[in-house]
Amino acid sequence: MSPDPWKLYGLMYKSRKFEEAVRRIWKEGKISGEMHLGMGEEGIAAGILSQLVEGDALALDHRGTPPLIMRGVDASSLLREFMGKPDGLCGGMGGHMHLFAPDLLAASSGIVGAVGPAGAGFALAAQMLRPGTVAIAFFGEGTTSAGMLMEAMNLAVVWKLPMVFVCKDNDWSISTPADTAVGGNLLARAQAFGMKAWEVDGADVLAVWSAAQEALQHARTGNGPVFLWAHCVHLEGHFLGDGLLDMTRRPMYSFRKRAWPMMRGLFRRGGASPGERMASMRQIASQVIAIQNQTSRQKDPLVRTRQVLARKDPGRLTQLEADIQLEVRQCVAVALGSEGRES
Amino acid sequence: MKTMSFSDAIDDALGQAMAGDARIILMGEDVQGMHGGLFVRFGRGRVRNTPISEAAFLGAAVTASMAGLRPVAEIMLVDFMAVAVDALLNHAAKLETFSGGSWQAPVVVRTTCGGGYGDGGQHEQSLWGWLAHIPGLSVVVPSTPADAGGLMLAALELGSPVVFMEHKLISSVWLDFLGTGGRDTVAYDIPAEGTRGMVPDAWEPIPIGKAILRRKGSDITIASLGVGVHRALEAAALLEGKGISTGVLDLRSVSPLDKEALCEQVAHTQRLLVVDEDYEGFGLSGELAAVALEAGLSFKYGRVCTQTTIPYARDLEDETLPNVRRIVEASEQLILHPV
Repeated sequence: MSPDPWKLYGLMYKSRKFEEAVRRIWKEGKISGEMHLGMGEEGIAAGILSQLVEGDALALDHRGTPPLIMRGVDASSLLREFMGKPDGLCGGMGGHMHLFAPDLLAASSGIVGAVGPAGAGFALAAQMLRPGTVAIAFFGEGTTSAGMLMEAMNLAVVWKLPMVFVCKDNDWSISTPADTAVGGNLLARAQAFGMKAWEVDGADVLAVWSAAQEALQHARTGNGPVFLWAHCVHLEGHFLGDGLLDMTRRPMYSFRKRAWPMMRGLFRRGGASPGERMASMRQIASQVIAIQNQTSRQKDPLVRTRQVLARKDPGRLTQLEADIQLEVRQCVAVALGSEGRES
Repeated sequence: MKTMSFSDAIDDALGQAMAGDARIILMGEDVQGMHGGLFVRFGRGRVRNTPISEAAFLGAAVTASMAGLRPVAEIMLVDFMAVAVDALLNHAAKLETFSGGSWQAPVVVRTTCGGGYGDGGQHEQSLWGWLAHIPGLSVVVPSTPADAGGLMLAALELGSPVVFMEHKLISSVWLDFLGTGGRDTVAYDIPAEGTRGMVPDAWEPIPIGKAILRRKGSDITIASLGVGVHRALEAAALLEGKGISTGVLDLRSVSPLDKEALCEQVAHTQRLLVVDEDYEGFGLSGELAAVALEAGLSFKYGRVCTQTTIPYARDLEDETLPNVRRIVEASEQLILHPV
């Protein structure tokens, strides 16, 4: 079997267009609280989600929108949920970090690390009640430092659970660079638990698809859990309003909010030596520069796939995008209803 | 009717349920050894030893219950819940609300609690108030073999998360495992009525959230749970000799709390003494006072609880946990106050 790039691009494009609408509606203040988007992770989600079957389960983190959209959850009800409406996916009770679709065996959590045990439980039920099905746990590289995840990896191995651990590594644990937060090599770490492991470029959806095919086959046929390490970026940082990204995008606003307290910290009496204070300032500055890597178009999975499809059949691509745009526009219009216009 | 130990009653009721429902599994550390009868009867697929990974297997039990199984996850000692509480606090307890009522987690968390055998404050806590504080969890604390089996059956049938707590002092299997260790050279103050008692021939569920009046009294109501019930009954017998008529209300569950039964007894005696092996501050004892006050009752109030970290030394431990002497003294103090 080989991947269908049109199908994969369609999944990614729909998720992207939907999250762009979410971003706009969040900025308009119609969604409260935090908003963690999966823009930049779509290649990982699509490469895996496109190969799931009925009965497969999803343990999702706080970035659950792309997998749920790709699994077929009604986009309007998802948006209504984000807006806290009684006809949202969870009656407005959960919000974007606590999304539940019992018919699809999909559950999300806002607690970093919890997807490990959650995935293991889904996989145990799969093993005992639905042989041949699997559970997927999605998490970031920051989560690999959580005990719950490492415990779950060990449990999944000793119980030979049909489970796929998917690490979406964007190199930032919230706003801490991964090289100062994650020890060792994650592939080696997973292998040390006794798991078969793959490393893949998450911006290359076809590569993700191929690795996932092997990984899923391994897990479905009773050979135990597997680990997929996929590299990606977060085009909107950790969440909307990400402080580091804001420093590059809205420098004046950020200066008042963040840089000014730092400047004061530089000169207040008592504390570290002037040299160490300057080192702190330099560290923040270098992180601000480094975070721009997150918005790299080279690492955007949609851009890369789109280039390939545009060469193959530009007319078909235009039509596909137009169809999806219309679909998303319509579902946003339905969700907003009397709340206001859609654009 | 027949007699059975507290430990056997729980496994017997669980076994009855497992025989009738293939979805029920038992998982936890050393469960194949600790519950050997169930292991042999149902096999290693349904009675599963886990790694020493409470966070992993408790979390897994929650989603396994969401995906069609009926797991009973055993946390060996409730003290160890500390490393796994996320599964209950942030997941099992919140699922029904967060999902808009569309998903439930029918998981039973079986755990031991309580002290009086010299293990110290990392292995002897009660913590039922800490758990019952979380909306969305039921917390059951039986005091007799008949209640233990009946409440286990009810927990399995409830359809939402239940923490089922076995007090180690009345659970002979656990007491031998942790306190006695096969020796006849140690002795603990074990309430006989809790350890062994009459049970039905076939188990029937006992509704969770219904207190039971273990002893009628007209001067004071003592409300308690678990081993505290037996301490209170012993104290009530001594108080009777002093002319004080003491009722003993066994709450049987912390959450849901039988507010009606509590208020009925408090209204009757106008004196409430709470005997709670859990910590005194911010817990069950204060909650019972609040419930009775909210009901508009006027009454005299006292409590005998655990106030500090439970020390290891046996004599200090006995003074730290609610004992009969402290209950009698506190009751006499309450009687000094006219109502």
